Formats: sequence, C-alpha cells, structure tokens
Amino acid sequence: MSDSKPAPSPANAGAPDVLHIARLARLAIDPRQELELREQFTRILEAFKTLSTLNVDGVEPMTRPTDFTDVMRDDREHSSLGLDETLANAPARIETFFSVPKTIGGEQ
Amino acid sequence: MSRPAISLDACGLAAAYGAGQGSAEANVREALTRIDALEPSLGAFATLERERALELAAGLDRDRAAGVPMGPLAGVPMALKANMCWKGVEAHCGSRVLAGYKPPYTATFVQRLLDAGAIPVGMTHMDEFAMGSSGENSAYGVPRNPWDTRRTPGGSSSGSAASVASGMVTIALGSDTGGSVRQPAAFCGIAGFKPTYGRVSRYGLVAFGSSLDQVSPFARSVRDIERVMQVISGVDHADSTSAQLPALEPEFSESGVRGLRIGIPREYFPAALNGDVRARLEEAKRKWVELGATLVDVELPHTEHAIPTYYVVATAEASSNLARYDGIRYGPRVEGDGSLQSMFAATRAAGFGPEVKRRILLGTYVLSSGYYDAWYNRALRVRRLLRQDFDLAFQKVDLIIGPTAPTPAFLLGEKASDPVAMYLSDVMTAPVSLAGIPALSIPCGFVEEAGVQLPIGMQVIGPALADARVLHAGRVFEAATEHHLRRPPEGQPKAAGTNPGVRA
Amino acid sequence: MSTTNSEIGYVSPKTQVRWIPVIGLEVHCQLKTWTKLFCGCRNEFGATPNSRTCPVCTAQPGALPVLNREALELALRTALALGASVAPTSKFDRKNYFYCDLPKGYQISQFDQPYCTGGGITLESGKRVRLTRIHLEEDAGKAIHDRGDTTLVDLNRAGVPLIESVSEADMQTSQEAFEYLTALKEILQYVGASDCDMEKGSLRCDVNISVRPEGEPWRTKVELKNLNSFRNVQASIEFEIRRQVEAYESGDPAQFPVQETRLFDAEKGVTRSMRRKEDAHDYRYFPEPDLPPITVSAERLDRLRSALPELPTARRARYQKDFGLSAYDAGVLTADRALSEFFETVARLSKLPKEASNWISNELLRNLNDPLLPIRSIDELPFRPHDMSLLLGMLDKGEISGQAGRKVLRAMFETGKSPKDLVASLGLEQVNDSAALDDWCREALVGKDKIIADVRAGKTKAVGALVGPVMKASKGSANPQVVQEILLRLIAEMPS
Ligand SMILES: [Mg+2]
Ligand SMILES: [Zn+2]
Repeated sequence: MSDSKPAPSPANAGAPDVLHIARLARLAIDPRQELELREQFTRILEAFKTLSTLNVDGVEPMTRPTDFTDVMRDDREHSSLGLDETLANAPARIETFFSVPKTIGGEQ
Repeated sequence: MSRPAISLDACGLAAAYGAGQGSAEANVREALTRIDALEPSLGAFATLERERALELAAGLDRDRAAGVPMGPLAGVPMALKANMCWKGVEAHCGSRVLAGYKPPYTATFVQRLLDAGAIPVGMTHMDEFAMGSSGENSAYGVPRNPWDTRRTPGGSSSGSAASVASGMVTIALGSDTGGSVRQPAAFCGIAGFKPTYGRVSRYGLVAFGSSLDQVSPFARSVRDIERVMQVISGVDHADSTSAQLPALEPEFSESGVRGLRIGIPREYFPAALNGDVRARLEEAKRKWVELGATLVDVELPHTEHAIPTYYVVATAEASSNLARYDGIRYGPRVEGDGSLQSMFAATRAAGFGPEVKRRILLGTYVLSSGYYDAWYNRALRVRRLLRQDFDLAFQKVDLIIGPTAPTPAFLLGEKASDPVAMYLSDVMTAPVSLAGIPALSIPCGFVEEAGVQLPIGMQVIGPALADARVLHAGRVFEAATEHHLRRPPEGQPKAAGTNPGVRA
Repeated sequence: MSTTNSEIGYVSPKTQVRWIPVIGLEVHCQLKTWTKLFCGCRNEFGATPNSRTCPVCTAQPGALPVLNREALELALRTALALGASVAPTSKFDRKNYFYCDLPKGYQISQFDQPYCTGGGITLESGKRVRLTRIHLEEDAGKAIHDRGDTTLVDLNRAGVPLIESVSEADMQTSQEAFEYLTALKEILQYVGASDCDMEKGSLRCDVNISVRPEGEPWRTKVELKNLNSFRNVQASIEFEIRRQVEAYESGDPAQFPVQETRLFDAEKGVTRSMRRKEDAHDYRYFPEPDLPPITVSAERLDRLRSALPELPTARRARYQKDFGLSAYDAGVLTADRALSEFFETVARLSKLPKEASNWISNELLRNLNDPLLPIRSIDELPFRPHDMSLLLGMLDKGEISGQAGRKVLRAMFETGKSPKDLVASLGLEQVNDSAALDDWCREALVGKDKIIADVRAGKTKAVGALVGPVMKASKGSANPQVVQEILLRLIAEMPS
C-alpha cells in the first residue's frame, strides 16, 4: 500500500491551505474567494474546536447508525439502461461514448 | 362530492376516492388551481408536471371504473423535493450543476407512492443539495413561509413544507439529513417525520450525507404521515443500508399515552432558548401530563458537540458524494484550459453555489492527509457518544420531547450571510440524525410576532425502530390539541422586492 | 530467504558491485462473475461501448451499490487457495480521486480492513513470496485516447469486480516475478476466480522495484505500470534494474532514482517517468457509508476450504507419484485446470495414465493449437474424455496403429464422432489375422529372393524391408508386428 492514513495532528494547527483543498476537490477558486473562504474556514473550525476537548479514547468510530451486516445480492443480471438513456444527459458524446477533453493515459 | 379535496387529509381523500366519490382528475385540477393562485406569493415549486399528473389521474380514474382495487393513497395530489428521482422529470437539486438533469430511473420510494395511487404534481424548491436551513441556498428560487411571506419556510425541504402548509398539495416528501424536514415542518405549522435511518430506502434520493439522509414525509396530520410511511417504508434490495424489515405498521392503543414516560432533556431547554418557544413547550408538557404521561428529566450530555460532529460527518460524506458532478455524464459542462482536470474544476466552480462549495471544501479538509484523525475520525467517535446519550436516556424513558428549532421561522436574509449562525439552527435536530433515530415534529402552539402568527414545533423523539410509537404519541397529542388545524392566512400580498420565482 | 547468497543479485558490468533488486507485485484481477460488483449489469468484455451500464455504474445521482455475493465467494476461494487468512469482519472504503473513467469520483475499495491478509506462493526453488493482503474493489471504466482529438469514455468495465493482491517485496529477479505471476494466475484459474486474460485486461500487474547494494538498507522504490504481458513484466524489471544501478553508479545524486511511477514502453523496451510522488494523490479514504460490513464465519471458511479443488502444485506431485509422469509432463498437464481434469478422467477411464499423458500433452494440444481448427480450449472440445479413453484402448489393444490413431483424433476434433465409428467409417481397423494379410505378404515376397536368402541365412532383420510395402498395401491398417511374423512364417514354409 502506497497510501497511509495521516498521523493525528492538533485540530488548531493554523488556517487551512484553502488552495490546496480546492485543488483536491477540483473547485477552481479565485484569490478573492480564497481570502473569504480562509476567513470563514477559520471561524467555522474555531467554532468546532470543542470537539477536540472531548476524550474519545477507546470509543469505536460510528460510521453508520445501523448494525446490519452482509447485505448482498445474487449474481443475477437485471436490465441495464438503454444506450439512449445512459447517454441522454451527457453534455458531449461521440458514437456511444462519453466524450471528454483529451487526456493522456493515466493522468489523474 | 362537494367538499373540496383540500379540506380532507390524505387518508380522508383516499377513502373517499376509493369509495367512488369525486375523481383523481378533479383532485389534481383543484391542486393545480391552488398552486397557480398561491405560487406567485410562495414560490414552492421548481417544476410542475401538469400533464404527467393529469395522465396519472386519468389512468387511476379508468382503473377505478374498471374495478381495479385502489391503493392507500389513491387520488392524493402530492409534491416531491427536487432531489428525488422520477424518471424523465428534472431533478436539479437546486443546483446549476444539475440544470436540466432528468433522471433515467425512478426512486424506490417514488415508485411505491405511484403504486399506491399518489399523484406527484411537481418538484419543489430546496437548498442546493439540501445544504441549508432556509431555502436561500438555491440556484433557482427561494420559497416563502405561508404564515408570513417575509420569512423562510425553513430548509432545506423548503418548497415541500410550504406546499403542504398552504394546502397546494395534501402531502409532500422532503429529505432530512440534519433537520431538513423537521425544522421546516415546525416553521410551517405542519407535521414532518424523520424515520429511523434505513426505514425508508434512499435509492433514488440524491445523496448529501449518506449515513444521515432519510426520505421524510410532510403532512397536515400525523395519521397521513403514518399512511405515507406504510407506503414508502420497508426493505429495499437496491439500498444496502435499508432496514431488513417490512413496512411500518401503525400502533394503536386504547390508553393513548397513559403511563408513557416522556424524557425532558435539559440540554434542549437552554437558558438562551427563545422565550416563546419555551412557553409553548411548557404548555405542551402540561398537555402530555394531562394525557397521562409522566415527565422525567433526562440528560443528553454530548449535545453541545452535535453541531460540529454533524458538520464534519455530513460534509465529509458530501465532499465525496458530490464528486460525481464532473461534467461528463450529466449537467452543463464548462471547458477550462482544454485539459480534463481544468474542465472538472471549471464545471464545478460554475455549477456549485457558495454554501455547497464551502461544505465540499470543509469535507475535503476533514478527510485530507494530516487532518483525518483530528477531525473526521474524532467526529465519528463523538457520534457514538451522542448515540450512547440517547441509548442511556431510553433506558429510563419511552420518548423524548423538545423544541424542533430554537426559534420560530426567521426572516429571509437574516442569517444568510453567517454560516455559523445558520448551522446553529440545527442544534435540536442534528443529534437525532447522527444517532439515526426517529423524530416527529408537530405544531405545539403559535406566537405572535409583528402582527403575524408563527407556528412553533415540538419534536417527539423515539429509540431506533420505534417509529410507530413516536407516531402513535404524535397522533394522541394531535387529537387533544387544535394547533394542526390552524391554516395560514390566504391572499397574502407578494413579498415586497424580489420575486421568489427566480433568484439572481 | 537468503540475501547473501552469491547467486542472487545483479553484478554491475561497470563496477562488478553486486546489487540486490527488491521487487514486489500488485496484481489486479477481474473476477469471473456474471454481473458487476455492485450492480446487475453484465460483466462482459467487448460489448458496445456503454451498453452494459445502469444508474449505479454510471453514477446517476441517487443510485446505490449492493454487493454481489458471488464476487465475495470467488474472492474468498482465492484467499484460501493462497493460504491467506480471511478477516472475520471487513469493510469497504471510498478512494477519492477525479478521472474521466471513474464515474462516482471515488472507487469503492478496501483500505484498512481488507477481507484477506497473509498467504503466499512458493516458487520452484522453494522460496516463499509472501502476500501482504488481498482486497476487493471495483474496476474503473475505460478511457480511449487514440481516437480523434477527444478522449472517449466507455463505462462497461466500470464496476467489474477486482481483487487486488499485493505481495511483499520478496522477489529479486525478473524470473521470480514471472514464476510468481504464473503461479498466481494458475491458482486464480483453478479456483474459478478469473480467466486471467491479460489481453482482455482481466489480469493487470504493477511492479514496485528498487535496488540496493548487498547488505545495505532499502532505497527509493519506483512503480512500473502499463505491463500487459508477463514478458513485459520481465523485460521492464530487467530494464529498470539496469537503469537504477547505472543511476546510482553515476555518483550524481541528481540522477538517483526518485519515488515515481514509470510507464513501460514495450516497443523500445524502456521505462519512462509518468508522475512524481510529490504530485501523488491524497485519496481521502473513508469508510463507505452505503455498504454495511462483511462478516465471514469460521464455519463458512471451513466449508469453502473443503470445497476447494486440488491446487496445481499438489496435483503435479500426485501425477509424478501416482502416474509415474515426468515433472515436465505433469507441469504441462496441470497448467490448465480443465486440461488437467480432462487428463485425469481419461487416465481413470482408460487405466492407461502414461499413454493418456502422451496423447493429451502431444496430440491433443497440437490440435488445440492448430489455427485451422476452431476449437481453442478444453471446454470447447466436441467429444468427451470417454471418447479419448476409447481411442487409447484401441491403440493399446493394437486394433489401430499410431498413425491411424492420430487420424482418428483429428476426425474427432472435426466431427465430434466417437472413435469407434470413425475407425469404421475411415476403414482404419488394424488387420491382424486375415487372409488379406497373408495375401499382401505373399505378394510382397515375390521376386525378393535376396531377402529370403538372407532371412534363411539367419539375418531375420532383413525382413523389415518388406513390412513397409505390406503396410502400404493395407493402407496402414495392418499391425506391423503381425506383418513381420507372417512374413517370417511364410519364408519358413517356403520350399527351399
Ligand atoms: Mg487498486
Ligand atoms: Zn450497472
């Protein structure tokens, strides 16, 4: 595995790098928005800081509110969408493909 | 039949229709007429599906004439929120990023409603991707509160709440992630019910916070809520998180709520609580006692952490759920500098409004390398503590009550510029969502503000899967009070200034 | 494993320094289910682009995943066959990144609780390559870049079930990597988990590789991608070992290998930098809220384990021991599970294991590989093991000659008819004892006084020259052994 979860770090480690986060989220933001967002972020995270005052040692994370496990389906085909339905909302298509700006293989 | 459909609730309407009275077409036409009259002042609907609705009605009328048994919601006009998939009907979720999007499939709960004979007449306005508490975060239109059109009907299921409160339709669906049905129900003086997480399939509900979202009905009576729940609840094999249980069965008890222990959490009655809200809740408490219930003080000590926990969990899930809006398979595309990744960034920058962007960024941040443990993982642990608060309380009591929202409906524009203030309006509803337990909001009185009557909502909260118990208690309370029978004034002038139809 | 073994490593031709390569493999393998991992669309290669899609695998807003039971079953069988341990509870996570072939903007995968850890593969040399983990995940769609001036996206592959197996960096040569892959592929095919067809992309391999001087700690590792055959895996490793050693030996730190992804160019046989680690992703893994956890009980594992087929290594050993086959023949017969099972049935029915081995690994495979015949795999054979055993029986009893046997087998491929019928209809019965045989022999003796004299003088081998003409006269149906006996008898009976 090349990816590893980050080590814990204090929640109040300065203002977040809004530009970096916006890049991760694929949201183009301009410098004015960046400033405004940084300010709002700081305020929001400040208001949320009480979270870090709680002792949560030994508390299991709660990912979802249900205890069900092993919900599965049988390996049976059910009808796919028709090609027209699949492609109907696409802003650009060629033949039965979705079409996107040219990108080299593997670029992510 | 001579009584207008609007004077009946869904149960009454379906019963009359099933008994051969009136016609579905007449019901739909009556609803459309009311909508046409009220829309200019309320702006509840994003799209109206007149022809589809009339076609459905005509089909139903034909079936009835042919002796086909009628479903439990036959002939009932209703509204869907614009984040619900009904094949071929635009579901833009209040977002530019989904402008013109017509889903190629129908949600399970929508199909169940159609099968039961309900007739959706249109899709209602909402905060973009259900992110908001006032309806103001919509790219298309901001609905008004029927009690006072200067005020918000609440959010994010703003249009659905306004459409039911004003009698445009008999019932409507909203979605509740952190209070988005309960709070508008409270602001509009109607019933709104968030079921136990998993009780209603999410298949076909556009995701905001996957572990929190629940399809939730609005109605003008609790028995209508029960009726809708009977139709839409029950396991769905297309949603792995749907509870492996049959549809909800309503509870009936001769003794009403006699002997029931009702918890009063002091955290839901803070010193700063709006005085009118407190006064109405005090009256409601006396009513419960009158009805034979016992009030018990309970503690929900982690309540103060619910808002940060909710916003961390919900935005983290949303940041991922909203990654699919990339301009490839649906929605308008904005080309960037010619590269794929810049097309993504430009499409998303143009498509999402400011609040959605804020939440995507917040969610991306709390999941990102270096912050996951401090924020996201920690929030999941606090979430368990919040759930444990409820589990402990429900060892002592059968139900918990409290205010639905800390204030009555606020003025449009009042909080729009302050995200933190807006977030705090979820303080009474978000803990319930995090815990995944059921809660009903019903009107418990009114306050007068500047010459207008504004409804106050009470939340009735139950343990996981005790949906029927919550609704039964709500029905008993409702039967003993008249708040739910009050209707907003009609013929209100169009709100000064902006036209609610389209927002710049 | 020994790292000081002087056999191991790469000796720099320039400096004579011995460098030790450190190689690990990540193998993505498509599972052979009927439908996709999280939706009911057909898992099918080669269909019209985007015709195998639905709201779930095109990420329509509001659609939700539901796990395919069979995919988990195949994944579990693979884990058990590799001697790995299966987690009693595992869960799915979202791996978030943006690309045109990833419709949801995240891949449903497994991060910190994969369904399987440990296990491994023992190479021919006895060396063990350990597995770190195997996890279950969905495939992405396909982006096509070489058609015109836009990139085209086909989502038929999006959501196809994959298992990703990650090995420890236990390998040190391209040969070991090749062996590991071959063994892994065999096992996946044996348990019925996958076709492992690299041409169709149902098996894909990435290499992690670094080199270090003997006795020194590990150095920077490089990831190699775009390896679409086992040969390419080997070639890229060999190139990369040389490249990295030369880079270090240049002495210029600016040239030292960096942590990056490199693509293999099969035409030129070189690797090229694709992306540096510094712009690597922050995948923001988090638990998939749309899917409940998976639990697997010990009882279920026991049941699955007892239902596993015998694996290739065990089978090879048994063939050598029970049937007396050579290691080579056993290897040929077990390389494919269907072939191996065909062989065993034939051997059992005919009670002629050695002959079955010879005929199957030579004649049967020759026909399978013949481009003039449409039959490509054992599953497509138009006849049954029973027919093959009848053929071997006839050969063993001398009812037909070897040459006739080959003709019959070919005809079986072409017609699917039983060998008995074919022998009759082609007139290939071996004639052992008949007037015709006597006649053909008498004819052959006419005018062959020299040979007759030689035989009489005790040179019985001289009669061999007459067997050919008799066989020819019989159109191959005579038993040459019998012909020889008759010729000798006739000569003895002749008046001198
Ligand atoms: Mg992978
Ligand atoms: Zn699909």
